[in-house]
Amino acid sequence: MKQYFSELFTGGMSLVEGLGVTMKALFMPIVTVQYPREEIDISPSFRGHIDLILDPEKNSYRCITCGMCEKNCPSNCITVKGKKLEGQKKKSLVLFELDFTKCSLCGTCVEICPVNALEYSKEYNLAAFSREAFHYDILSRLEERKK
Amino acid sequence: MVISVIIVITFLFLNAIMMGYAERKIAGHVQRRPGPMEVGFHGILQMIIDGIKLVAKELLIPFNVDRNLFRVAPLLSFTPVILPFLVIPFSEKLQARDLNMGLIFIVTMGSVNVMALLVGGWGSNNKYSMFGAMRAVAQTIAYEIPILLSMLAVILMCNTFSLKGIVDAQQHIWFIFLQPVAFLIYVIGGLAETNRAPFDLPEAESELTAGFHTEYSGMGFSLFFLGEYTNMFIVASVATVLFLGGWHGPHLPYGEYLGVVWFLLKVYFLLFLMIMVRWTYPRVRFDQLLNFSWKYLVPFSLVNLLITAVVVKL
Repeated sequence: MKQYFSELFTGGMSLVEGLGVTMKALFMPIVTVQYPREEIDISPSFRGHIDLILDPEKNSYRCITCGMCEKNCPSNCITVKGKKLEGQKKKSLVLFELDFTKCSLCGTCVEICPVNALEYSKEYNLAAFSREAFHYDILSRLEERKK
Repeated sequence: MVISVIIVITFLFLNAIMMGYAERKIAGHVQRRPGPMEVGFHGILQMIIDGIKLVAKELLIPFNVDRNLFRVAPLLSFTPVILPFLVIPFSEKLQARDLNMGLIFIVTMGSVNVMALLVGGWGSNNKYSMFGAMRAVAQTIAYEIPILLSMLAVILMCNTFSLKGIVDAQQHIWFIFLQPVAFLIYVIGGLAETNRAPFDLPEAESELTAGFHTEYSGMGFSLFFLGEYTNMFIVASVATVLFLGGWHGPHLPYGEYLGVVWFLLKVYFLLFLMIMVRWTYPRVRFDQLLNFSWKYLVPFSLVNLLITAVVVKL
């Protein structure tokens, strides 16, 4: 009999307490992000698709067109082409393409690069209507960033 | 008469829209998200859009169901919940009919609603719907008793079944102060009667998909939905009439008509409480549900009734 009433009392009190918790939550500010209108800052360790690093000293890429990234890519999604231009000792980059439909974001290319020329981009709003839209021309993206 | 029927039905739809919106908004803010935000200012037109979508949808009748029962069930769930509006005293003069058996009329119509759930669940030829319907019946039988006993305690005090008479008897003191236990029992029972969480076993999403209305689409579903919200309104307004003093409140000009403001304020306060309860407590198990009724609510309401009877007699 004593247990019957004590259970009723403790149970009732816990219900009131629970109602208090939700009542408090009702007037607290919301914590969700309204995505298309608001965007949160991406963490610095976010690993998107690769991009060429813009070297501030040279105001250009660091790539030496060695092709290590192309060879080591497990999905064969990188195409690098270099050409010896007139009046220059080293080869310079003419094409750097990434087929993002195949890329598995493993990061081997970034790690293997001997001159540290690649980085991860912070882009995550990736949606398009065709496959071709995901064949990124990384070099022209760099040229655009230069401007 | 026709005008009042039109007003009542319009009000039902408006109430369901408002309640649906409030429910989703409050659910959102309790979980610290904003709720519907897209359609209209802060999503205020969301429920209207949903309503249009439901009206435009095809009413599917699955293979091998009992066609007549399947079609009748939504109507059966919606029609009886309109009838109690005949006797609810919104204010001193805003009452369609002052039946001298008003309270019994409301309780009777409330019980017909369970029939609709049973018919819908049975007619769907689906074990989930069937389980939902069976649970609804067992639950309503278990919870109708404490509700009636708690009502009876009030009836003993004011000696009338007419809702207007009950409100008139509360001119000086609301019955919630004289009968707090009966009020609590009535509200708990009312939650169970309307199949609201934490007693929403008949439509438990996680175990029965949607219970008795699993197979319903389009207007069939929305009639059940309207029925549920109207039933909530009726439970809350009966609680207001019995315990919270109906239209009584601080004086207003044209008090005999504008008492409806106090009445609706009290009703919507109770409805707000019901929504908060839904988003606070987890669903009870079926044995817990029945145990709670037979072990706690029924004995308490019996003792309460006995004490009331003795005190009134003295």
